[in-house]
Amino acid sequence: MAVLEVKNIHKTFDKTEVLKGIDFTLEKGEVLSIIGSSGSGKTTLLRCLNFLEKPDLGSVSVEGKTIFSADRKTKMSENEIRQNRLHFGLVFQSFNLFPQYTVLRNLTLAAELLEKSKDKQSDMAGLRKELDEKAMQLLHKVGLAERADAYPCELSGGQQQRVAIARALMLNPDILCFDEPTSALDPELTGEVLKVIRSLKSKDSTMIIVTHEMSFAKSVSDQIIFMADGVIEEIGTPEEIFESPKSPKLRNFLSKSLELEQNEKDVLC
Amino acid sequence: MSFIDVTMQLLDGFQKTLLIFGVTLLFSLPLGLVITFGSMSKIRLLKWLTKTFVWIVRGTPLMLQIILVFYGPGLIFGASGFDREPSVIVAFVINYACYFSEIFRGGIESIPQGQYEAGQVLGMTKTQIFFKVVLFQVIKRIIPPMGNEIITLVKDTSLARVIAVAELVKAAQDIVGLKAIIWPIFYVGAFYLAFCGFLTLLFGYIEKKLDYYKG
Repeated sequence: MAVLEVKNIHKTFDKTEVLKGIDFTLEKGEVLSIIGSSGSGKTTLLRCLNFLEKPDLGSVSVEGKTIFSADRKTKMSENEIRQNRLHFGLVFQSFNLFPQYTVLRNLTLAAELLEKSKDKQSDMAGLRKELDEKAMQLLHKVGLAERADAYPCELSGGQQQRVAIARALMLNPDILCFDEPTSALDPELTGEVLKVIRSLKSKDSTMIIVTHEMSFAKSVSDQIIFMADGVIEEIGTPEEIFESPKSPKLRNFLSKSLELEQNEKDVLC
Repeated sequence: MSFIDVTMQLLDGFQKTLLIFGVTLLFSLPLGLVITFGSMSKIRLLKWLTKTFVWIVRGTPLMLQIILVFYGPGLIFGASGFDREPSVIVAFVINYACYFSEIFRGGIESIPQGQYEAGQVLGMTKTQIFFKVVLFQVIKRIIPPMGNEIITLVKDTSLARVIAVAELVKAAQDIVGLKAIIWPIFYVGAFYLAFCGFLTLLFGYIEKKLDYYKG
C-alpha cells in the first residue's frame, strides 16, 4: 500500500489558481523530488501536505487513512490537524530554528511538549534524559553533536539547516518534506546539507524534496515530478525525466537549468 | 527649613510616586497584552472596538483622563466615585496599557511567520507556540521601546498632582507654599533624575542579558 496518496489537490490564492489538480502516490522508502520553475506551485503543494495551507479541493491519505479531505462537511478541529500533521515533517528553506534555544533544546522542545500532553503524570527528569539522548543521536547523524550547546546564531547556514533536519526527525515523521533546503545557502554550504539528506535515504524513510539542485535530484530520487503552472507536467524515474523528457516545457526547463549549471562551472573555473 | 527636613518631606512624596509607578506597571503590562490580542483579533467587531478605545486613550491628555476617572462617576451616577489614589491608578493603568499594547503588537508582528510555522509543523498548539517560542523573542525586541515608555511613566506620575494626590511634585509645592522658599521644587528634579538613571542602568543590564543570541 502506498504510504502517501494525494488526489486532485486544488489551491487558489485570490483568484490565482496555484494548484490545478495534483495527483500522485508515494511508496514507503521512496524519495520523490519535485522540480520546476519558481511559481509552478511546488512549495504550495508541500505546504498543503503539511497543513500550512488548506487545499480547496482534493484529499490526502497516509497509509490508507484519509488525513485531509476537502469534501468533509465538519470542520477539522485544531487538535485533529495537529495530530494529522505529525505524519509529516518539514524542513524549511530558511531553517526557522528557534533562536533563543540551544541546538539541543531546538530538538527536544516540541517532543517534550507532545509527551507531556499525552501523559501528564510522566516522570519529567526521565523523559528529558531520554529525549536528550535521542536528540544527541540525531545530532551525531547530521554531524553536529559537538555543537549541541551552541545557539543557532553561532552556526553557519549549512549547520543550521542540518540542525533543522535533525529537529524534524525528532518526531519520527512518516514522510519528511524539504522545501528548497539549500536555496538560502552559499554554494559551498549546499554540499554538506545535500550529503546529510542523501544519508537519510533508507528503506524506512520516505522523503519529498522540492529542489533546484538538478544533479542532486537526479542521483537521490526514485521518482521525479516536474511541475509547471500548477499541474504535474511530467512524472517519472530520474532516467525518464532527465534522459528522455517528453513534454516540451520540461525539455525547455532542463536545457535552461543545464545552461545555468554550466555557466556556474565556467565562472568557478 | 533645612535641607534634611525638605529631603525627608520629599521622600514621603517620592514614596507615593513610586507606589503609582509600581502599581501602574503591575497591572498595565498584563492588561496591555489583553488589549494587544483584542487589536489583533480576527473578530472584526472586537478589533474595531479595541482600536477605537486605544485611539481615544492615546488621543486625549492623560491629565484629562485622571480628572474624568475621579469626577466622572460622581457626575454621571451621582454616587461617590473612587478615592483620589485609586482614580489616579485606574487612569494610569488604562492609559499605559494602551501604549504598551501597541509596543507589544509591533513586537509580535515583527516575529517572522516562519517561527509560527516551525512550531506548527512540530505539532505545537497555538498557545505553546506563543509562550514557548514567540513571547521571549518579542520581549527581547521590545526592551528598548519599553524602557522609553517606562521612563516616561516615572515623570508622568507627577500628573497625579492634578487631583491633589500627594506625590513628589505636590509635596514640593506644599513646602514652597508654606515656607515661601522656591528651591525645593527644583530639587525634585534630582529625585526623578536619579530614579530614571537607575532604570536606564536596569534596562541596559536586561538588554545585555538577552543579548546571548542574535535574531
